[in-house]
Amino acid sequence: MDLLRFATAGSVDDGKSTLIGRLLYDSKSIFEDQLASIEATSHDRGDEHTDLALLTDGLRAEREQGITIDVAHRYFATPRRKFIIADTPGHIQYTRNMVTGASTADLAIVLVDARKGLTEQSRRHSFIASLLRIPHLVLAINKMDLVDFDQDVFEKIRREYIEFATRLDVPDLTFIPISALYGDNVVDRSANTDWYKGGTLLHHLEEVYIASDRNMVDVRFPVQYVIRPKSTEHHDFRGYAGTVAGGVMKPSDEVAVLPSGFTTRIKAIHGTNGEVAEAHSPMSVVIQLEDELDVSRGDLICRINNQPQVTQDLEAMVCWMSEASQLREGSKLAVKHTTKWARALVKDLRYRLDINTLHRDESATELTLNEIGRVRLRVTQPLFADDYQSNRTTGSFILVDETSNVTVGAGMIRATE
Amino acid sequence: MTTQLSHVSNLESEAIFIIREVAAEFERPALLFSGGKDSIVVLHLAIRAFAPARVPFPIMHIDTGHNFSEVIEFRDRMVERHGLRLVVASVQDAIDAGKAVEETGPRSSRNRLQTGVLLDAIEQHRFDALFGGARRDEEKARAKERVYSFRDEFGQWDPKGQRPELWSLYNGRYKPGEHMRVFPISNWTELDVWNYIRDAEIEVPHVYMAHEREVFMRDGMWLAVTDFLQPMENETVERRTVRFRTIGDATCTGAVESAADSLDKVIDEVAATRITERGATRADDRTSEAAMEDRKKEGYF
Repeated sequence: MDLLRFATAGSVDDGKSTLIGRLLYDSKSIFEDQLASIEATSHDRGDEHTDLALLTDGLRAEREQGITIDVAHRYFATPRRKFIIADTPGHIQYTRNMVTGASTADLAIVLVDARKGLTEQSRRHSFIASLLRIPHLVLAINKMDLVDFDQDVFEKIRREYIEFATRLDVPDLTFIPISALYGDNVVDRSANTDWYKGGTLLHHLEEVYIASDRNMVDVRFPVQYVIRPKSTEHHDFRGYAGTVAGGVMKPSDEVAVLPSGFTTRIKAIHGTNGEVAEAHSPMSVVIQLEDELDVSRGDLICRINNQPQVTQDLEAMVCWMSEASQLREGSKLAVKHTTKWARALVKDLRYRLDINTLHRDESATELTLNEIGRVRLRVTQPLFADDYQSNRTTGSFILVDETSNVTVGAGMIRATE
Repeated sequence: MTTQLSHVSNLESEAIFIIREVAAEFERPALLFSGGKDSIVVLHLAIRAFAPARVPFPIMHIDTGHNFSEVIEFRDRMVERHGLRLVVASVQDAIDAGKAVEETGPRSSRNRLQTGVLLDAIEQHRFDALFGGARRDEEKARAKERVYSFRDEFGQWDPKGQRPELWSLYNGRYKPGEHMRVFPISNWTELDVWNYIRDAEIEVPHVYMAHEREVFMRDGMWLAVTDFLQPMENETVERRTVRFRTIGDATCTGAVESAADSLDKVIDEVAATRITERGATRADDRTSEAAMEDRKKEGYF
């Protein structure tokens, strides 16, 4: 059984929490005591139905105000797959939350209210999903019960969205008409949508093919930790621990170590429980090399003829996540890229992107909370970077405020110079 | 060629990455070890993360003094077998030193006192990162907590002011006096934990398996009769076949009736159960709907 991580995004009244509650409820992932607790709360509040949204609203303020404050993680499994849901709120700090929740997602569900059609929020959520290179996108057209399950409504939204999506980079797009409140096409096929020939949402989540989404070509192994037991038994053992970020590694492969550029061969690969014949993303392993080289945390092991850019100049799309400060030319920040920290200087804010119209504002002088822009950075030491499009690990970085230590920016590398 | 990891291997790799990241970036990490299954799994992951070297940080037990004796024996055996360093911070010592005041009455518990003892121990040992076995599926407040959970100089969690956590780029920066709680198995469920225990052949204390013991019913839960917990007048003691789904302070951890006396049977039972582990067996979480949220803000695990 494999694992699918997916993110859900929607505006405040699109029924996102209800949908998640429905998925959990209909897949029998809700426990009786949880159900009893939300039934009591619903009853006390005078709700007409048991509000399944209460299952995902975790904090006191959220329950009291009926809103979702932060990314929440939910778990459920079917006999086919295990699922991790990152439930991201739509109303406040939408960009920051969605970027946080979706950075590791294999799939994103964007909810649309059938009565309202596409909104700024649906466009914005879709854009963020494409910016983060989430390989699979589902447009769940919800509240079909409120438009009499009318096929024309569904088709109109679908056509409009396809036109909009040509401007985005979405490799796999699926449309499903649902009613989260009543369960139509969520887990069970709806009798109200004879005209819809596709599968239910859960069926899609179970079947969507994700094995080819990871980069299996370009070997990238950021060294995380050096293991030297210094014990009598393992006196000469020297292993490089880390998580494979791309490609397939095998013993006897010729490899190069950056930044030194020295070449050697892989002697052995230790998995989490003994030696393994090969390693690929996202396995955590320990690599032993044939030759004694000076390798430390922050170095990167790759193939000799397939190396990342070694660069101190980064060009990236940056999402700014801080209320307290802005990104401007001249800003100095800490940057973490793979297993390496450095300092970064903002050389240029090339443009700020209006994520509703995709218009590029080249006169912008700063990025504030939830804004996204194209930025050039100069960093204090060489990073081993790939385009985010080819590798989500070696292509991403975070920016951290050096005074408050708060994470203030998320960067996706676009081209290296 | 297999290109998809099974979900348990995927979770294992993620947890090991997190543990190594903390060992690499923090000065003085420690692993909170209660003898419960979740902290046993985290310890096992730490052993795997650094093999064949030893675990490069100590384990810390916050000892309420109200232990199941099997659990203490188990702890000491692990320490011996894996060459670990053990730090014990004792609630009894804190009470004796007048730093903590014991609750009284038949429903008293030392659960709440653990928080102060924990925070004092962190200060005393200057720990800057503490691994815990908390999982997001356990409870609503935990569902919203980051893997790297930042704590201010009072040890407090601020749910609204959490740092964004992106990709696998964990931000472990802190100022003196602040620290990080780190939860490597955040994304595991109770069933994942049990499956891993079986697959990796991890030893767990016997109280997790069905056994006969003297129990009495209180607030809909079976509580074990121990030196620290006696029934009230209207409560009757019975011998029943039970097992524990969680192991905490013996005074507030309930047992469930169960015939599951092997790992396979426990896994079948967990897969079929319709009640959460905390809902079933933890009096400390039943105090109010937001009980966990409030305790976490104060600095609880």
